[in-house]
Amino acid sequence: MLTLKNQLPASVITTKVDDLLNWGRASSLWYMLFGLACCGIEMMQTGGPRADLDRFGSVPRASPRQSDLMIVAGTLTYKMALRTKVLYDQMPEPKYVLSMGSCANCGGLFQPAYSVVKGVDKIIPVDVYVPGCPPRPEALTEGLLKIQEKMRREKFLVRKDSLVA
Amino acid sequence: MLFNFANVLIFLLVACGFVLVSLTLGHFLRPKVPFPEKLSTYECGELPTENAWVNFNMRFYLLALLFIIFDVEIAFMFPVGAVFKKWIAAGAGLWALSEIAIFVFILLLGLVYAWTKGDLEWIKKVDSDDKNIGTEIMPRSSHV
Repeated sequence: MLTLKNQLPASVITTKVDDLLNWGRASSLWYMLFGLACCGIEMMQTGGPRADLDRFGSVPRASPRQSDLMIVAGTLTYKMALRTKVLYDQMPEPKYVLSMGSCANCGGLFQPAYSVVKGVDKIIPVDVYVPGCPPRPEALTEGLLKIQEKMRREKFLVRKDSLVA
Repeated sequence: MLFNFANVLIFLLVACGFVLVSLTLGHFLRPKVPFPEKLSTYECGELPTENAWVNFNMRFYLLALLFIIFDVEIAFMFPVGAVFKKWIAAGAGLWALSEIAIFVFILLLGLVYAWTKGDLEWIKKVDSDDKNIGTEIMPRSSHV
């Protein structure tokens, strides 16, 4: 398949197009609804009118096929771990993961439990960790902004080695 | 008049061009990383176990046909019911009643036909006798 991804030399045009692509991607960061526990309630609040995640171009999607961001909100059990991996695999690139709350970060309060995964990053790569039990909607919004910052620094067209030179 | 059609033509061209350009651009710009897990059917995180294209029992087909008899009956009787009082006021009540009665009678024939064929019974006997060809569950060849 012919693709331009990381194929072009660094020039004014390619870097500007990269910026444009990053702007587009960061401004339409659709997140998959993945509320696993009480953090899911805070995630709903974040999507609601008061915190209003929509103003950053971020809208909830019900399917991984349409999503760019997976917000793992809540306690991940071993039984759910396989499903999480499958859902992450089914998301199209570029994809990002936000680990929301102590349980998703490290197991949190339920870390000693036999059934709880000690952090989502044991299963899938995580871009941003949001601490809190549960984090307030403001904290989740901050996490989303951090991911947008990360997206704006990415290079899609420019060859990786051409940036070092 | 012709100028209006020119507007339509311009809209058509812009619409086609927009779709063509955005799809072509997306084809070159998007990252493509296909692998079997990603291309598998989305089942809310579950791994798909078998093919979704499976054979349904023939009895569901019969049931759907029977449903259509009653469905059509209801669909055509409601409008008649809605205007029936007007027809009575116009002095044609008996006419409307006899028409709908004929309609129901025709559909009833279908129901009677299905009844005599034994299609209203969900649990059917598998009989190897040749006289019960119409009431078998399995096709003839499978239980020889």
